[in-house]
Amino acid sequence: MNEKVIRNILRLIILVALQVLIFNNVNLSGYINPYIYVIFIIMLPFEIPGWLLLVSAFFTGLMIDVFSNTIGMHTAATVLMAFCRPGVLRMFSIGKETESEAKPTVFYMGLYRFTMYSLILISIHHLAYFYIEAFRFSEFFKTFFRALLSISFTTLVVVLSQYAFSKGKGK
Amino acid sequence: MRNLIVFIGKHHFILLFFILEIIAFTLIINNSFYQQSVFVSGTNEFTGKINKTVSDITGYFNLRETNRLLAEENARLRSTGLNTFIKTSDSVFVKKDTLYRQQYKYIEAKIIKNSFNRRNNYLMLNKGSDQGIKREMAVISSNGIVGIVNEVSKNFSSVMSVLHKDARISAMIKKSKYKGTVVWNESNYKTGDLIDIEPHVVVKKGDTVVTSGNSQIFPEGILIGIIRDFSIKPGDNFYSIRINFSTDFNRIEYVYVVKNFYNNEQLKLLNTQKNE
Repeated sequence: MNEKVIRNILRLIILVALQVLIFNNVNLSGYINPYIYVIFIIMLPFEIPGWLLLVSAFFTGLMIDVFSNTIGMHTAATVLMAFCRPGVLRMFSIGKETESEAKPTVFYMGLYRFTMYSLILISIHHLAYFYIEAFRFSEFFKTFFRALLSISFTTLVVVLSQYAFSKGKGK
Repeated sequence: MRNLIVFIGKHHFILLFFILEIIAFTLIINNSFYQQSVFVSGTNEFTGKINKTVSDITGYFNLRETNRLLAEENARLRSTGLNTFIKTSDSVFVKKDTLYRQQYKYIEAKIIKNSFNRRNNYLMLNKGSDQGIKREMAVISSNGIVGIVNEVSKNFSSVMSVLHKDARISAMIKKSKYKGTVVWNESNYKTGDLIDIEPHVVVKKGDTVVTSGNSQIFPEGILIGIIRDFSIKPGDNFYSIRINFSTDFNRIEYVYVVKNFYNNEQLKLLNTQKNE
């Protein structure tokens, strides 16, 4: 348990640093703003209690907000995403969640289930974030288009990072 | 009371969710830069301080680049022989000369909040009315124009970037002196459009576009950008000219705010013209 906590905290620190220092400066053609720090919420252990899930989402969002000067926006989106996580996990359940080794990764869930699971959560997060940022519905489709591009990019990064960093720990 | 505790215990997940979301939205409404630029209030000072701290930290990462830009600018200024500048305070430079009356004064400021990938972009500077900044002053960087001061509070000011749907900068092609207007086409922060240039004007790729000095805000001859391509759409009376901004809005860190000493006089004259 202790090792899990430390591993997750380390992951959080690395992801926030990556997001703030590198991915916040990625603006491919001014449209794509990937928010890869959501990997942290996606990869939290299955058995994490609900309140801890929400609170860690809150502080993750707040950390990103403080560094990218968007106070509250990432927080709101990340908390919403964390709120939806148990439901989405249930949709793609594999019945092995009670095993002590089980974590939400490609290797335990399979490529299809994991991709769908992260795609749905990332979509919730990005749509929420981009609409909060635009703060108006008069540019509904433009915002939607921006969100779609970033969703696909972030999902790609999330799935690829599974193969890049989690190999060996899995099967 | 017991029932309440049972209720909270049962629904703590959803209750906590709502509480956290309410906190988040309170933060958004109180601190959003977008709202601030519209309603400058006491909160501006608060976020200004947070932004300043963050910018102080992240500023270290850009020191090398900033240094290079400053050295470049120093070299440029030195080579034009402007050694009549004397330093009167730590940040304000005044030109003293009996032959010329000074029209513009440059106040150096640091950008503590920058946006360039939104629909309407604003910047925040670390100086405000206490340091002599007023609304509608021009903001330029060492590479070219940046924007116009939009709102000021005591110690901070908000600048409407050129990357804004309402920004219209009076410009001219440096070589031929023909005048037009620079607007932002909303697609990305590197390119803008030069409009209102008539078809008889000879335009070339690579021509320099500078401010025309026709407005009271920008001094004449401040670099705006370079013509990337141009065309005349069928049925149009004007060129469609695409320009590359010379300012890299992604990287600017230090800017100059331009004070025009004759602004009021010019405005007054303009108003009497309108009244007639």
